[in-house]
Amino acid sequence: MGFFLEAVIGGLMTGMLYSLVALGFVLIFKASGVFNFAQGAMVLFAALAMARFSEWIPQWLGFDNKLLANVLAFIAAMALMVVVAWLIERLALSKLVNQEGITLLMATLGITYFLDGFGQTLFGSDIYKIDIGLPKDPMFLFESVFEGGVLLNKEELYAAVIAAALVIVLSLFFQYTSTGRALRAVADDHQAAQSIGIPLNRIWVIVWSVAGFAALVAGIIWGSKLGVQFSLSLVALKALPVVILGGLTSVPGAIIAGLIIGVGEKLSEIYIGSQIGGGIEIWFGYVLVLFVLLVRPQGLFGEKIIDRV
Amino acid sequence: MLYRENGQFKTSYQADQQIFPIAQDRIGVWLLVAFAAIGVPLLADEYLFRAILIPFLILALAALGLNILVGYCGQISLGTGAFMAVGAYAAYNLMIRIDGMPMVFAILLGGAIATAIGVLFGIPSLRIKGLYLAVATLAAQFFWDWAFLRIKWFTNNSSSGSVSVAQLDAFGWRIDTPLEKYLFCLIFLVVFALAAKNLVRSHIGREWMAIRDMDVAASVIGIRPVYAKLTAFAVSSFMVGVAGALWGFVHLGSWEPAAFSIDRSFQLLFMIIIGGLGSIMGSFFGAAFIVVLPIFLNQFLPWAGSLVGLSISTAAVAHTELMIFGALIVFFLIVEPHGLARLWSIGKEKLRLWPFPH
Repeated sequence: MGFFLEAVIGGLMTGMLYSLVALGFVLIFKASGVFNFAQGAMVLFAALAMARFSEWIPQWLGFDNKLLANVLAFIAAMALMVVVAWLIERLALSKLVNQEGITLLMATLGITYFLDGFGQTLFGSDIYKIDIGLPKDPMFLFESVFEGGVLLNKEELYAAVIAAALVIVLSLFFQYTSTGRALRAVADDHQAAQSIGIPLNRIWVIVWSVAGFAALVAGIIWGSKLGVQFSLSLVALKALPVVILGGLTSVPGAIIAGLIIGVGEKLSEIYIGSQIGGGIEIWFGYVLVLFVLLVRPQGLFGEKIIDRV
Repeated sequence: MLYRENGQFKTSYQADQQIFPIAQDRIGVWLLVAFAAIGVPLLADEYLFRAILIPFLILALAALGLNILVGYCGQISLGTGAFMAVGAYAAYNLMIRIDGMPMVFAILLGGAIATAIGVLFGIPSLRIKGLYLAVATLAAQFFWDWAFLRIKWFTNNSSSGSVSVAQLDAFGWRIDTPLEKYLFCLIFLVVFALAAKNLVRSHIGREWMAIRDMDVAASVIGIRPVYAKLTAFAVSSFMVGVAGALWGFVHLGSWEPAAFSIDRSFQLLFMIIIGGLGSIMGSFFGAAFIVVLPIFLNQFLPWAGSLVGLSISTAAVAHTELMIFGALIVFFLIVEPHGLARLWSIGKEKLRLWPFPH
């Protein structure tokens, strides 16, 4: 029982991290109808920027304070992500308005390649560390209930809390600020939003910046966990089934689906994977999504797709 | 083109419904095939065969298959690499497990097995559409990547995980030199391109296009979506599976599952988008572009660097390549979202009116 609980809690933590990446997808899809494949590349880019700036900034300015260095690096990386968002909107998306979904998907794939190459040219392609002082030591829960208790990784706990906080902040932003209202209006209907004076281009830059912010947070957390390296961009591929399972248009869906897939992955790896050769977590999420979509083609919480002739 | 159809009168329905109704087009295609079969072997050297021509032929075949699914039937698939892998590994297993299996049959049967798998993973397309389907097809990609890596039976328990084909032998024809490999692939490509061209202008091709343009309307006028979508998946995966078998057998010789990773799926998708969705000729243009571009960049960047007195490290070249590749794709999508095939037809229209455009 203790072992099972440990697996479930571990799965929930990982799932929260998946949701964090998935959130970036959902934000952009909601506001512009673009399925942003470049989210993974943005995570890598943001993490690289964060890792390198926190190394460079103390050298440039000549001080030695880790906290200050991290804060400055965070600000610099965020500024960079805003610039990237602006450039993407300016150079690519604004020229592709009214194209089909698949063309936009391909364009974001092109952006993925570009960001992968650009990030590594700019910041180097070794493995870097991000150290924002998350505690690494494990802790034990329920020691009185089970023998040995439940092992919990503190770092993952903090990461999950940060992810949850980010989700709440973003939901509030979407729900209660005027910019958030404009974003929802654009998501609902581009033309109608434009006709009442919402500037589409600015909204898109904001959305991509917010997605860049989500990518930065995800990049920092994943980066401090795994180290910043090229494989970080593959996290996006793990987040894709989460997005689809939750429904492309639903923020809470991304969170719940993340938790479902996180737990499902852990449990299936432990109880099924060991029987058939291991490593099944790479496809578990996708196959689960396939079966769920057969029942609910729009995902668990997505808007119902209505066909009209 | 510079010629027109003036003066070529059709007196029978058969003549009216030919693939190439204009005599000049017919001659042109024959000349092209003859050039590919006779002219290219005289001109090309070994490096050109190995690095460009053979990959081009095989990937063009795969792109053709994918174009039928995505371009003609409108079902986005990101699992092409998996179907190539199924074709390759199925053909390999048929070769080693059945004694005296002729290689050509093994390749075709590999395609047939890929067809079965393709139809199986195509079933969700009856419920799921668009981007949801694209992600659902990724299930095929990751599942088969995993299966060929972890299930030892598929690789005949080879310890390194890679499999290899000792020698290629088509009904007594020993295929050793790059030239022979080139001709072998060319035969496949020509046959399949002809078949594809005929399929898409037959009733089944029209059903695919109707489903692509609007599936609800298509089913209202009596087109069965189940039949149309699954045949598109079947035909597409057959061609992709054969291409996969050729890629493994002829181009690589020995391969690992990584040869058919998700990058391959994206690469093929790029080919048909850049070449032109829903165009047989576009598949060829796209394949040529995507095969040649990295090689060109690889040669060109160090040279360009040396011109301005910079020596560029290999890592920097690789990263710059990625950047230029990505930027070019976005550029292409902005300038011509309908692909190179559209440029070709615009050029043809212009030439038709030339030199008096008004």
